[in-house]
Amino acid sequence: MLAHGKVIKYGDNVDTDVIIPARYLNTSDPAELAKHCMEDLDAAFVNKVNEGDIIVAAKNFGCGSSREHAPIAIKAAGISCVIAETFARIFYRNAINIGLPILECPEASRDIDDGDEVKVDFDKGEIINITKNKVYKSTPFPEFMQEIIAKNGLIEYIKASLYR
Amino acid sequence: MSMTMTQKILAHHAGLDKVVPGQLIKAKLDLVLGNDVTTPVAVKEFKKIGLDKVFDVNKIAIVPDHFTPNKDIKSAEQCKYIREFAREMKIVNYFEIGQMGIEHALIPEKGLVVPGDVVIGADSHTCTYGALGAFSTGIGSTDMAAGMATGEAWFKVPEAIKFELKGKLNKWVCGKDVILHIIGMIGVDGALYKSMEFMGEGVMALSMDDRFSMANMAIEAGAKNGIFEVDDKTLAYVKEHSTKEYKIYTADPDAQYAATYVIDLSQIKPTVAFPHLPENTRTIDEVGEVKIDQVVIGSCTNGRIEDLRAAASILKSKQVDPHVRTIIFPATQKIYLQAMEEGLLKIFVEAGAVVSTPTCGPCLGGHMGILAKGERAVATTNRNFVGRMGHPESEVYLASPAVAAASAIAGKIVSPEEVI
Repeated sequence: MLAHGKVIKYGDNVDTDVIIPARYLNTSDPAELAKHCMEDLDAAFVNKVNEGDIIVAAKNFGCGSSREHAPIAIKAAGISCVIAETFARIFYRNAINIGLPILECPEASRDIDDGDEVKVDFDKGEIINITKNKVYKSTPFPEFMQEIIAKNGLIEYIKASLYR
Repeated sequence: MSMTMTQKILAHHAGLDKVVPGQLIKAKLDLVLGNDVTTPVAVKEFKKIGLDKVFDVNKIAIVPDHFTPNKDIKSAEQCKYIREFAREMKIVNYFEIGQMGIEHALIPEKGLVVPGDVVIGADSHTCTYGALGAFSTGIGSTDMAAGMATGEAWFKVPEAIKFELKGKLNKWVCGKDVILHIIGMIGVDGALYKSMEFMGEGVMALSMDDRFSMANMAIEAGAKNGIFEVDDKTLAYVKEHSTKEYKIYTADPDAQYAATYVIDLSQIKPTVAFPHLPENTRTIDEVGEVKIDQVVIGSCTNGRIEDLRAAASILKSKQVDPHVRTIIFPATQKIYLQAMEEGLLKIFVEAGAVVSTPTCGPCLGGHMGILAKGERAVATTNRNFVGRMGHPESEVYLASPAVAAASAIAGKIVSPEEVI
């Protein structure tokens, strides 16, 4: 699996309230949520994001509320992957459970700049910065999580185990 | 190998003799929880699995508390959707308006969590029940769906940070100040992926309501869970509220911790978290001149009876500043009734505050107290992120009920001692 796109970069502690403000949580429609993605942090996001773009952030991405609407909004906005130095743990689970690819990589998080063109090879765990001609190695997922990712999320994984 | 409290509970629920940090396990669940924001997504995912029943009708709790009483048509539709699901699945612990409360105050009050339980909730503040010596953690909607289907969840066994509490709190200092102090010290990712384990003689000096406030905000340090040693006060609470069987887990004396902090409770001062992170803490004497437009007293962090008593003891026979909209919301119907019987609601209304039905509304900028551009609030809630209570250019200052009540009178952030 590959992701390929331009990077939109953010800093530390991007919380789920700014990813999708609670005033929009009276719906769970992905397309509706995507319209307001990142609104309170970066009002320009929805206009500048293109299908396949990659979010790169620093520490503790997705902290705060457990709202799964946050990774749903990011995915529906067209983001193909989120790379961060660290993720808040509920966001981490939610992203894997709904099939939004995420990678922890402190080096990539530090080195990649806004607007860089980046390619991600999930099988090899490699992040390739085409603009800077550099390659970063991400922390591989444990095997169990790779199985969930391979099934495109927890629900299909559960179905496969229930109806085996 | 020795284990922490959390590790022992997880090992037991995974059917294992021992677990080590980093190990991935599947644990049996004693309770799966959701609210009106997260449950609709969970129900949609549950339906994709194709089951016609949940794993146990007694071990699921659904509490419509966020946008209720319904703030708009879309919220009403979301609540209708989960209400119908609860009826169809015969879920016993669905709490309608009239019986409900803010989930993390309601669930312990209803006796649905006891020491030693493993609980997941599609709400980040599910970590609150660690106050009872349970392992309890926030998850998302898909995990809730999977939990409702299978009665299990996967976990990575966490390392722990030990907080050895000693001494006693001073007057006008409560559990909220302690947890704000700790978050200020270790940061909003200071306990990322880890347990926060509270133990030592200082625990015994804390009331259950103090412990609920502290465990509640473990997530604000990034923790997977916060958990307290069980003592006589815990057991008295459990006996009053529950008939469920419980099991007490204690950490091995030689358990390994990622870090240990000794917290002297007698040294903690009233503490305020400045915008826009809970780690931006200052003690009350360092606050300076911060004028405010609104005060919110309540939430899953501080809407319990002791919180209301603390606020009432300051507001009694006084008036809130006419420029400060003061909104007080008891966390459950039972607490509301108790506050009424104790005369607290009368004190609030006479002081010029309003008293709301239980709801999460203002805490997350949902309804019942939204801030306009440039406005400032002191809130006893748990988050002061950008836009948390309304306009992205509004500000939330987190504090205890005593500081919030004193600030309502003064029109700016002050210590309770300044208005008493």
